[in-house]
Amino acid sequence: MQAKSDCDGARGVRKLLTSNEAVAEAVKLAKPDVIAAYPITPQSPIVEKLSEMVESEELDSRFVRVESEHSAMGVVIGAATAGARVFTATSSHGLAYMYEMCWWAAGSRLPIVMALAARSIGAPWNIHGDHLDLVSLRDLGWIISVAENAQEAFDMTINAFLLSEEVNIPVVVAIDGFTMSHTAEVVNVRQVEIPPRKQAYRILPGMEVALNAVAFGEARMLARFDLARDLEESAGLIEEKLGGLVEEYRLEDAEYAVVVTGGLSGDVKDAVDMLREEGVKIGVMRLRFIRPFPKKAVKELPSQVLVVDRANTDLRGVLSVEVAACGVENKNLVAGIGGKYPTVDELYSCLKRFVDGKLSDVEWLI
Amino acid sequence: MILPGNASCQGCPIAMAMRCLDEIENPVLVIPAGCSTVIAGLHPKSAMKCPVVHVPFASTHSVACGLSEAYRKLGVDATIVAWMGDGAADIGFATLSASATRKDDILTVVVDNEAYMNTGTQASLSTFWKAKTTTSPTGKTEEKRNLALVMLAHKVDYVATASVGYIRDLRRKFRTAGKKDGFRFIHVHTPCPPGWRFPSEKTVEVARKAVMSGAWILWEYDGKLRISPPSEKYADKSKRIPLKEYLNQGRFAHLSDEDVKEIERKIDEEWDLLLKFS
Repeated sequence: MQAKSDCDGARGVRKLLTSNEAVAEAVKLAKPDVIAAYPITPQSPIVEKLSEMVESEELDSRFVRVESEHSAMGVVIGAATAGARVFTATSSHGLAYMYEMCWWAAGSRLPIVMALAARSIGAPWNIHGDHLDLVSLRDLGWIISVAENAQEAFDMTINAFLLSEEVNIPVVVAIDGFTMSHTAEVVNVRQVEIPPRKQAYRILPGMEVALNAVAFGEARMLARFDLARDLEESAGLIEEKLGGLVEEYRLEDAEYAVVVTGGLSGDVKDAVDMLREEGVKIGVMRLRFIRPFPKKAVKELPSQVLVVDRANTDLRGVLSVEVAACGVENKNLVAGIGGKYPTVDELYSCLKRFVDGKLSDVEWLI
Repeated sequence: MILPGNASCQGCPIAMAMRCLDEIENPVLVIPAGCSTVIAGLHPKSAMKCPVVHVPFASTHSVACGLSEAYRKLGVDATIVAWMGDGAADIGFATLSASATRKDDILTVVVDNEAYMNTGTQASLSTFWKAKTTTSPTGKTEEKRNLALVMLAHKVDYVATASVGYIRDLRRKFRTAGKKDGFRFIHVHTPCPPGWRFPSEKTVEVARKAVMSGAWILWEYDGKLRISPPSEKYADKSKRIPLKEYLNQGRFAHLSDEDVKEIERKIDEEWDLLLKFS
């Protein structure tokens, strides 16, 4: 594995790209054999870009225009079973519609890379960003990475191919709907060599073998355990070669920490900078991955923790519950559901109340 | 292509059809949930002498398409066989239709036992009108869908119906389809002893009576639609055996004479429609 860390400075071309376009540029470098997708806002520009690349012969891939997301995941599962490098992308209801097949992707231990332009799931209809779709992948056995900006969307997508093919677990790269998917930033499009396809097994004609036959009792339970263990252990590889599970921002001497993931992290960092100017010792732990969950890093957080969530499970946010499961008590701010995006000033005032001990246990920034 | 001692029921028509897979070179089977899942073997055993990729119901043709596209891209010679029951054809119909429309390089075999047998004989879109199932305990109120004709409307390269009562005809159709490229569809009539409630030694007899009474019509399309030899003479209604001989099954035991007449009328309609295409 010739993994490149996110910041190793490989030479590239600086381009103005949305996160959708950055993902497509990274996929082009990975040269997938088969791409399958069904359009959905705000993901569609990824696969539109890729189909342009295929039709202009910039990219030598088979692009399958399926009739649903369920079939998009089915096609990439079939192609990966045959030994092909594969890619798909979806969002929101698309992810919900392909949910069954996402289980089969993980259970089959196939290297598969998917981009997710994270978006709210109805009802009611809403096309804007939050993490309600993303968190529905937590129990399946996928590696879940969440980018903060277009550069990281590019880097994480390249890393996703390396990681998935190394550990035989599907990897999703999430970008926030619209605030990232449709927002252009300068991206260093590194010219990275991605090694040839690698995977634990493939099915070929002539083999007298059955894949995923009915497995009762111990065999099924063992498969589930192996997946859970391997997913947990993938943390080592991510920490060592792929930029780590978390980014720590001004945390060294911090007495207060804010845990957050995705594009919203940038706004939280701005609010933290404002408090730092006032002399408050506060920092940010940005989760680059939520599977495997960065338990070790979370356990080392300072005693005062605020988790900012863009998805809830009950009244509490999902990441807040995950952080609590690590034994870390935390206050919780639920924000940005369905694109109700908080301003830096709003975040600043919530953080200020948190530091002053005036924030409730759980608050929704509506 | 299938080992003896597999898990099929006594008199199982699907196991009979599976034996005929040896007509196809380099097969890779894609099997969704159904009786075929069990017949193909439980982990760690496999009853098939070829690779089997087990998949969820509605993904049959998407996984098959992925395998086919990948083998083509990687230069591997294989015949992808999507082997499904009428249940998978119901739940996966949008995917089946999309695959046919794209002309994916897949040979599809639907083994149609006219109900969801693996879950205990619940009614499917393929269940015969008035047939009793566990979800139509007084008899199904809707018509059986003519899936092969629906597939013909997709303008694919090859569509055929077959029956386990006429194995030579079935084998020839597997062989013919196996040698072709593109989207190929074979709809096999598979009378199910426990599901239809007839003695397990009578599978072939019931399958033949379906053809001889005109209730199941054997035909083939490869650019032109032709009635297949075993069915040819039954285009003439006077040559057909009395319908009651075919309907002598537990699932039809409650039919009145009027019901039988109505079924006869529906069969005549089906022939009239099909002969318009030939």
